Amino acid sequence: MKFTLSWLKDHLETSASVAEIAEALTRCGLEVEGIENPADRLGAFTIAHVLTAERHPQADKLQVLSVDTGAGAPVQVVCGAPNARAGMKGVFGAPGTFVPGTGITLKVAAIRGVESRGMMCSMRELELSDEHDGIIALPDDAPVGARYIDWAGLNDPVFDIAITPNRQECLGVNGIARDLAAAGLGTLKPRAIVPVAGRFPMPRPITIEDAEGCPAFAGRVVRGVANGPSPEWLQRRLRAVGLRPISALVDITNFLSIDCGRPLHVYDVARLNGGLTARRARAGETVLALNGKTYALDETMTVIADAAEVHDIGGIMGGEHSGCSETTTEVLIEAAWFTPERIGATGRALGINSDARARFERGVDPAFVVPGLELATRMVLDLCGGEASEMVVAGQIPDTSRSIAYRPARVAGLAGLDVAAAEQAAILTRLGFGVSGDGDVWQVSVPSWRRDVDGEADLVEEVVRIHGLDLVPSTPLPRAEGVAAPTATPLQRSQRRLRRALAGRGLDEAITWSFLPPAAAEAFGGAAFVLANPISADMAAMRPSLLPGLLGAAARNMDRGQSTVRLFELGQRYLADGERPTAAILLAGEARARDWRSGPATRADAWDAKAEALAALAALGAPVQRLAVAAPADGWWHPGRAGRLVLGKQVLADFGIIHPRTSAAFDVKGPVAAVELYLDALPPRSRKREAYAPSPLLPLSRDFAFVVDESLPADSLIRAVAGADKALITGVSLFDRYAGPGVAAGKISLAVAITLQPTTATLTEAEIEAVSAKVVAAAAKLGAVLRG
Amino acid sequence: MSTDTAALQANLLAQIAAADAPEALEAIRVAAMGKQGQVTQLLKTLGGMSPDERAVAGPAFNGLREAVTAALAAKKAALDDAALNAKLAAERQDMTLPVALPAGGSVHPISQVMDELAEIFADLGFAVADGPEIEDDWHNFTALNIPESHPARAMHDTFYIAGQPSMVLRTHTSPVQIRTMMGQRPPIRIIAPGRVYRSDSDATHTPMFHQIEGLVIDKGITLAHLRWTLETFIKAFFEVDDVALRFRPSYFPFTEPSVEVDVGYSSKTGKPAGAGQVDKWLEVLGSGMVHPRVIAACGLDPAEWQGFAFGTGVDRLAMLKYGLTDLRAFFDGDIKWLRHHGFSAFDLPSISAGAQL
Repeated sequence: MKFTLSWLKDHLETSASVAEIAEALTRCGLEVEGIENPADRLGAFTIAHVLTAERHPQADKLQVLSVDTGAGAPVQVVCGAPNARAGMKGVFGAPGTFVPGTGITLKVAAIRGVESRGMMCSMRELELSDEHDGIIALPDDAPVGARYIDWAGLNDPVFDIAITPNRQECLGVNGIARDLAAAGLGTLKPRAIVPVAGRFPMPRPITIEDAEGCPAFAGRVVRGVANGPSPEWLQRRLRAVGLRPISALVDITNFLSIDCGRPLHVYDVARLNGGLTARRARAGETVLALNGKTYALDETMTVIADAAEVHDIGGIMGGEHSGCSETTTEVLIEAAWFTPERIGATGRALGINSDARARFERGVDPAFVVPGLELATRMVLDLCGGEASEMVVAGQIPDTSRSIAYRPARVAGLAGLDVAAAEQAAILTRLGFGVSGDGDVWQVSVPSWRRDVDGEADLVEEVVRIHGLDLVPSTPLPRAEGVAAPTATPLQRSQRRLRRALAGRGLDEAITWSFLPPAAAEAFGGAAFVLANPISADMAAMRPSLLPGLLGAAARNMDRGQSTVRLFELGQRYLADGERPTAAILLAGEARARDWRSGPATRADAWDAKAEALAALAALGAPVQRLAVAAPADGWWHPGRAGRLVLGKQVLADFGIIHPRTSAAFDVKGPVAAVELYLDALPPRSRKREAYAPSPLLPLSRDFAFVVDESLPADSLIRAVAGADKALITGVSLFDRYAGPGVAAGKISLAVAITLQPTTATLTEAEIEAVSAKVVAAAAKLGAVLRG
Repeated sequence: MSTDTAALQANLLAQIAAADAPEALEAIRVAAMGKQGQVTQLLKTLGGMSPDERAVAGPAFNGLREAVTAALAAKKAALDDAALNAKLAAERQDMTLPVALPAGGSVHPISQVMDELAEIFADLGFAVADGPEIEDDWHNFTALNIPESHPARAMHDTFYIAGQPSMVLRTHTSPVQIRTMMGQRPPIRIIAPGRVYRSDSDATHTPMFHQIEGLVIDKGITLAHLRWTLETFIKAFFEVDDVALRFRPSYFPFTEPSVEVDVGYSSKTGKPAGAGQVDKWLEVLGSGMVHPRVIAACGLDPAEWQGFAFGTGVDRLAMLKYGLTDLRAFFDGDIKWLRHHGFSAFDLPSISAGAQL
């Protein structure tokens, strides 16, 4: 919302400075986003009198002027403007002045050998218009030496303030003035609204068919108007706040919309077919709006139409066909009250953000429908002439009067701030509220323009806002006794632990978008949730896996020359049955760089992924020894180089190489090892430990090399061996895997070491032999034979 | 000592001194101290001497033996040292050769800041709460006093779920307020950090970002408690001794009164600062007293329970504290950026170590 200082002063008697006003606006909740003062740019330019104008001795198109600037002796100025002549008055910039239109700071210069001490300026050089055919020519009575902006009425700072959605009345300058007056910055000037007596009956009937969308519609006709350009003061105001002057009738509606937050519409009566009706649009109806676009309307929208067609998207934007032009001689002025909810819905549906919508959507002052129309009528008569008809009001102006039981003690109770009852009453009164009662509970009536206020807390806000919200003191929250208790949930603890465990393993934590390109989601089983209005097609599908985001990041990193990518992410997967806390790890490129000790670079393989998965699960306290490895279930894994870690029926993680077709689809070259960990599937972490009972007896170790079928899962051999004597065998490790000469084709040699922990006495050779025999027998059940 | 004995000792010591290898030294030892050695033989003659002769010769011979034994031992040690030194010299390796360091690993600045926030607020008695990111309309808007037609709803740039018009991506963390108030009896003190979504994308906005919500519901809680809580939090988070806050009236449908909180900032220190040092104000937090209608929507009696709520951008806090500039880089997964701006696994925020190590 933009307005100028002089506009504000139409409504507020004040001697406050611009800075004081700005500070008070922000203090009241009307946040100042910018102040632009033309004096900052143009304050140095003065009115000067050209005394003589001679031809430049060296240049035909230049003149040498002698200029009286009002300060001392005349100065010599070289000027190229064709209209420069002796006797004229214009706008002078002295050396040292910055000229905004050219971006140059003036200095004393010799132009073709003749010294020039300043410049006579054009409109474009001062950025006042595009006019550059000559220098500015001022009337003869312009005072020499005076600041040009003061004389021209341009010295009027423009405020730009943000209006929160609850403060519709501050979309009018008078509402802003009321707040400032309440905050002690001056006195609100009363506005005299003198009704204009109708000279003839309203010639065009106004009816309401859609009372829900348009409860009230006031209108009247002014005939015999001349709709030329509006007067200079009005144009200057509109331009100052960023509006383009169009014609007197249109400018009047724009002026009142800003001046008192009252949107109006004017129809060229000659273009209307009969009277006007507020009704629902019919399916298939369209209207060419004033912004030049054609809108398709439907039955949810309230429009103003005549017998033939729609002329106005009610409260949002008028139609081109009945718009006023320079040929308009008879105008119908509309002041209606549209239902805010309907305006919002229609505005959203059509995608129109107009000044009228902004006001009606927030709810304009219903009590100002008739006064607003009177003001508009008076302005039309003043600026365009003509005579007004009687006013008609169709429908019922909504009665929003209400009062609130208010306890002044609630200011201290909610805000922690002491404000004397008398001051509270004074603040509310200055804001237009009616205060009655003087005990603990008051009755406070709400002014018609404060649609947002409907409870005690709102009144507390009004009092505190004007008294000074920043005066609220600082009071410590009561603190529980002792050291602060732990607050993290088990899942939060797991996530924090995992994050730092993974970072500790040399993985970098990424945060990637929750939404994916639909094709990326499809490659990982498809999205359960797709956005109806994504910001782009590439951000439409809610991720069913964290891996696509990491694959995308891997591809970007490798494109940027990263040879090794080790990333992880913690976040949600969005599945049809809920959001699942998940962690994903991705290893791409070189797992180990080439090195003088270890040789050539190696790529990450599925076992690297398995190692990361187990390390992560171990960090989370999962019983990694009890996990089984099952085949991968999902198509985005390499069918032979991936697995899932399961605990009973719970799938804790998938790991392995991403299916090469999938990683290629993400433009990642080479094999990609990855892990996805399902944090919601983890068993609760037990903090209980067995009692510490080290055996005094030394453990011993025995090695076995078995020849088995190549297809035998190593894990099954390890489990069989471990199960051979559960009392004595406390550890089994596979330390060699061999295929080649000495081992038959289709077979492999697997060597395991078992750890035997005697419990009661040192083992005898016979006992060790017996255990060894059990190990061999258990292995034999899998077809394993001891290697000779 | 007789002249013979002295000569023998001088001779032997000279031989020992001249020995240049363990083998040569051993030969000298055998020749002197072996069974047939000169010193051994000499000592044997003591048995045939008269007591008087023995009293003279005994100490002389023993002196000879001790001197030779000591010289042999010293020489052996010297030769062993020399041999070991020679061996070690031959074993020299180039200690300037590089070793491969384990990959660094890093924690994302957002996670680090979330951990810092959790730590600071835990000390103030706030638990960490969370809720779904795909929310229903009621929790995201209606219960927060933003009815269907409310202009504030349009201002949220909401993402809607296709085919499920009542489901949205949460536009703020405030629905966690609702879930918390409906799920537990007051007193309540929670923070709720997490991902939120708005259909907005430019240099300073991303369609996904992170917010943290704070909520206190109790009896007799006022804006003055809010001010203290925010002051305490800002001081702890930015590790400054003093901070000036500016309370400005604002509007959020779910708070009344609503407060926009500006944090005083010193360009000189690049940190939040106390009243005397402030040269600009940062709009950082939205807050206010929870609207009675919101409290009632959660099944609590607003006449009995009241409190404050606040919300702020985690990404923005991270940017301010750690001098990050480009919000989009947060979600790009660029390893160089992550390593440069990320944190070590061991930089675990704690009250005793400080939020930032």
